[in-house]
Amino acid sequence: MKRIYLDYAATTPTDPEVAKAMLPYLTKSYGNPSSLHSFGLEAKEAIEEARGSIADSIGARSSEVIFTSGGTEADNLAIKGITFQNKSRGDHIITSSIEHPAAIETCKFLEKRGNRITYLRVDSNGLVDPDEIKKAITNKTILVSIMHANNEVGTIEPIADIAKITKEADIPFHTDAVQTFGHIPVNVKSLGVDLLSVSAHKLYGPKGIGALYVRKGLELTPLFHGGGQENKNRSGTENTASIVGFAKAVDLTIQEIPTETIRLTSLRDLFIKGILEKIDDTRLNGHPQLRLPNNINVSIDYIEGESVMLNLDLEGICVSTGSACSSSEHGPSHVLLAMGLPREQAYGSLRITLGRWTNETHIEYILDSLIKIVTKLRAMSPLVVKVKNIE
Amino acid sequence: MMAKGLFNFSKKILERFSNPENVGRIVKPDGIGYVSDPSHGIDLELYIKINNSIITEAKFKAFGCAATIATISMVSEMIEGKSIDQALAISEDEISAALNGLPPSKMHCARLGRELISSAIYDSKKRSNI
Repeated sequence: MKRIYLDYAATTPTDPEVAKAMLPYLTKSYGNPSSLHSFGLEAKEAIEEARGSIADSIGARSSEVIFTSGGTEADNLAIKGITFQNKSRGDHIITSSIEHPAAIETCKFLEKRGNRITYLRVDSNGLVDPDEIKKAITNKTILVSIMHANNEVGTIEPIADIAKITKEADIPFHTDAVQTFGHIPVNVKSLGVDLLSVSAHKLYGPKGIGALYVRKGLELTPLFHGGGQENKNRSGTENTASIVGFAKAVDLTIQEIPTETIRLTSLRDLFIKGILEKIDDTRLNGHPQLRLPNNINVSIDYIEGESVMLNLDLEGICVSTGSACSSSEHGPSHVLLAMGLPREQAYGSLRITLGRWTNETHIEYILDSLIKIVTKLRAMSPLVVKVKNIE
Repeated sequence: MMAKGLFNFSKKILERFSNPENVGRIVKPDGIGYVSDPSHGIDLELYIKINNSIITEAKFKAFGCAATIATISMVSEMIEGKSIDQALAISEDEISAALNGLPPSKMHCARLGRELISSAIYDSKKRSNI
């Protein structure tokens, strides 16, 4: 069966060009970058070249980029690293209630250990209000961490506006740019952030590699201790092949942003218009305009997201849902709940994320499949009658 | 390559889920079972007809995940032709076995199935006492 992948926000396929660029660093130039001989030097040079090009792409200096194992580690390093480093200055962190688990769970961990955390509310579109940040700042605030764009609903946060506030208050500002890097312009200068997390596998690079930008002059306590790699910020032998692949992926993807933004936005809006027109009792989650070009998140009333997702999977269409139903973990998306959606609607949510290989035929195919699936599942659902009071 | 689907469900679960038997309501049922918790993504109804203590017909409506829908459809079939006592004696393991095994993370669906049977039979007993 032909399969259509519409879960690009979860991960992207590695670009064959990226894989090709990586291969020599697995088989030939395999030296340990810390070694002083020629093998080591080759690897070291490749890493520094990659660092330079990634730094360049976000408007940073080479020395401001720390390679990590991915977005999760970058978020952990930013949040814990700043918190540990500034223990004597304060204990308060401001974040939002819709952050990625990599940030929110890190904050919860710190909260258990005695830090005070403010989880800011968002509006019904998932937007953080910069004024709320201003109000939440105390003289013990040591970090503000707000994601650049939300991974579930695609809402793009007013990062530059928040940065003005944090700058004035002289508080380090971290943003998780995992969903935006390679998809919309990301520049640390124009955003005004002090720390920024990125990941390779969201932009057609390999899994297991990411980076944290740390503005020059800002110090953080490392999470990993050992050989002192990454300027003592992150010990451990560097993942040379993945670093090279990351840089290659960035080069290829950044070039595409202007054309892909136009193409994907039009496909996105075609789908949104289609589903809202063709299926009753559906709504778009997330901001209609301030939104990632490739993100669609819809709630379909009276039916449960996981059953829609499995039906789509059986038709060869791979998407994601904000609903997870299992014995151990049984809750709808924390993002949708924070946006004020009733639990029933949060359970009926579907995330469809587009990418390089998505075309109009895919959009039409998934719309047709969805109409059939929703009709079938609604015929089974007791909620249709309860809510609509028909039959 | 065949798409495996969520949680590596058995073929039987996928079949039941794709084409569930007994979807609907019975107009004049002898008992209706409810298990409802929409805030946890669950809302189930089971309608039964009873003749001489034998369940002759069962139909259901379900709001829930794929495994829940497959399980309740299976439960509605399992109780047809059984006596009330036999239906009440159906265990979670038997429900899971009838589906060629629910994954551990979905075993709660079998519990929901049992609760739904009890609820429908309890309702039928209440009705017949009136």
